[in-house]
Amino acid sequence: MSFDRKVVYNVANLARIRVAEENIDNLATELSAIIKWVEQLNEVDTYTVQAMNNVTNSTLPQRNDSVLDGGYPKDVLANAPESVDDYFTVPKVVE
Amino acid sequence: MTDLIDLTIHEASASLTQGEFSAEELVLAHIKSIETQRDLNMFITETPEVAIQGARESDLRRSKGMALGCMDGIPVAVKDLFCTKGILTTAGSRILSNFVPTYESTITEKMNNAGAVLLGKSNLDEFAMGSSTTTSFYGSTINPWRSKKRVDLVPGGSSGGSAAAVAAQAAMGALGTDTGGSIRQPASFCGVVGLKPTYGRCSRWGIVAFASSLDQAGPITRSVHDAAIFLSAIAGYDAKDSTSVPVDPLDFEQSLYSGIKGMKFGIPKEYIVENMPAEITKLWEKGITWLEDRGAECMEVSLPHTKYALPAYYIIAPAEASSNLARYDGVRYGIREKGDTLDEMYQLTRAKGFGDEVQRRILVGTYVLSAGYYDAYYVKAQKVRTLIAEDFVKAFKKVEAILTPTTPSAAFCAKEKCNDPISMYLNDVFTVPASLAGLPGISVPGALDYNGLPLGLQLIGKPFEEETLLKAAQALEEGANFGRSTPKGLEV
Repeated sequence: MSFDRKVVYNVANLARIRVAEENIDNLATELSAIIKWVEQLNEVDTYTVQAMNNVTNSTLPQRNDSVLDGGYPKDVLANAPESVDDYFTVPKVVE
Repeated sequence: MTDLIDLTIHEASASLTQGEFSAEELVLAHIKSIETQRDLNMFITETPEVAIQGARESDLRRSKGMALGCMDGIPVAVKDLFCTKGILTTAGSRILSNFVPTYESTITEKMNNAGAVLLGKSNLDEFAMGSSTTTSFYGSTINPWRSKKRVDLVPGGSSGGSAAAVAAQAAMGALGTDTGGSIRQPASFCGVVGLKPTYGRCSRWGIVAFASSLDQAGPITRSVHDAAIFLSAIAGYDAKDSTSVPVDPLDFEQSLYSGIKGMKFGIPKEYIVENMPAEITKLWEKGITWLEDRGAECMEVSLPHTKYALPAYYIIAPAEASSNLARYDGVRYGIREKGDTLDEMYQLTRAKGFGDEVQRRILVGTYVLSAGYYDAYYVKAQKVRTLIAEDFVKAFKKVEAILTPTTPSAAFCAKEKCNDPISMYLNDVFTVPASLAGLPGISVPGALDYNGLPLGLQLIGKPFEEETLLKAAQALEEGANFGRSTPKGLEV
């Protein structure tokens, strides 16, 4: 599978990155090369192999479902580009 | 008196204990060194006031007989990927160019608690994605080592600012992070020691995430002994990182000098790659001799899936990155671009905030995780990862550590590889397999090449056996006798 203009446009949309029209062809070439290169994995027979998603083979630890920390709205909002009172703000979502 | 910036952490700590100089004098010497080398662009943010204040507190503690240990009063650099409370933390990205954390990462808190003094936040590839420290929004870092042709070279990456600062004697040690080689490769390019601990050994809490199943923090230092001191200060279980492993903290200095007599080392035949410079092969052979001269036994081992490590890595790492970096949306932190709709705001913010390589990896990651391709790419890569990890398990039944070169070349010129992503990715060919298997690895400077540039050797160890790894690295360092070769030595 290679990247054509349409695939680049769709993936960029999924990733919420606006791609400039003049960069799409270049990106299609670069990303196709990368995908073609990683496809050499198809040479490996993995039919009976388990996928690894945790290198330490441990199960995630459990803890009591209780509040351990928190209550600092000012800290949480300190880096917000825009906020009102104790809330983050975004452009209007619901019409 | 020796110049204070020439010392190792181990030596400086002994002198501080003896009262030969104060922590404030030590810190001032390093601040001066940073100021005279700003052309190398090693730091994104310098924090001299924080450092001087920290040094004075350290001196006060010491005067009361309450010194904290070997790191007390030691000036260090911290990769700008660790959140530091009240100090700008950018990850080398425009999208975080205004981010001042309101909390401290576990690792930097441990360093503060050990009395280490922060000189500044060092430069890196944007979001730690790179092998050259050329993708930072804050410009490229230049390697303090220059070739005989005197051209500017990259320091490696992504912890390039950290490695350059240690090599240039602008910091006694530095914190880096390693996802696919980002501590070991720049350490090799800059002629210093770089240690990636076992995945789970050090807490990831408060580190800007790149690929969470691979990221691990570790020290860059001027000696193996310093790496042991530094690791002792930062290792340990942290309940705030669910992948941190509850093993007892160790004093990694303890068995550093106990020797390697009778120890077995593996030489993986698959690490002989095409077009590898003869000097690197020669150094590798010398490394074998240095270990054998000290009573160790070296034998060939096979890691048959080595050639698939890089392509597997370049599926897994971008996939995890695309997921981790979804949080930069202009809502809770970082820059925001105005948009008429929420989606448009996201798209414009991320287009402006992320550089080319980060965008490329997010797009690759999004693609391999998308419906219809998930099994073909992502799950396939995870299965290959299992095979790579099993290769190491088999090899470690025969040997206690594995010796390889750290990189397939010495430091290169910035213009050489930056236009071709895949050629840049190939830099990590020897470091990525251990990362995928979660194993500890250390790069030790071995020799200078014909151009006068440092080349490193890598030792890979069993999980949570950093003590053995450091003991072997100490032996390798003695054999190499790289000594105090510093970039300054070339500028006669």
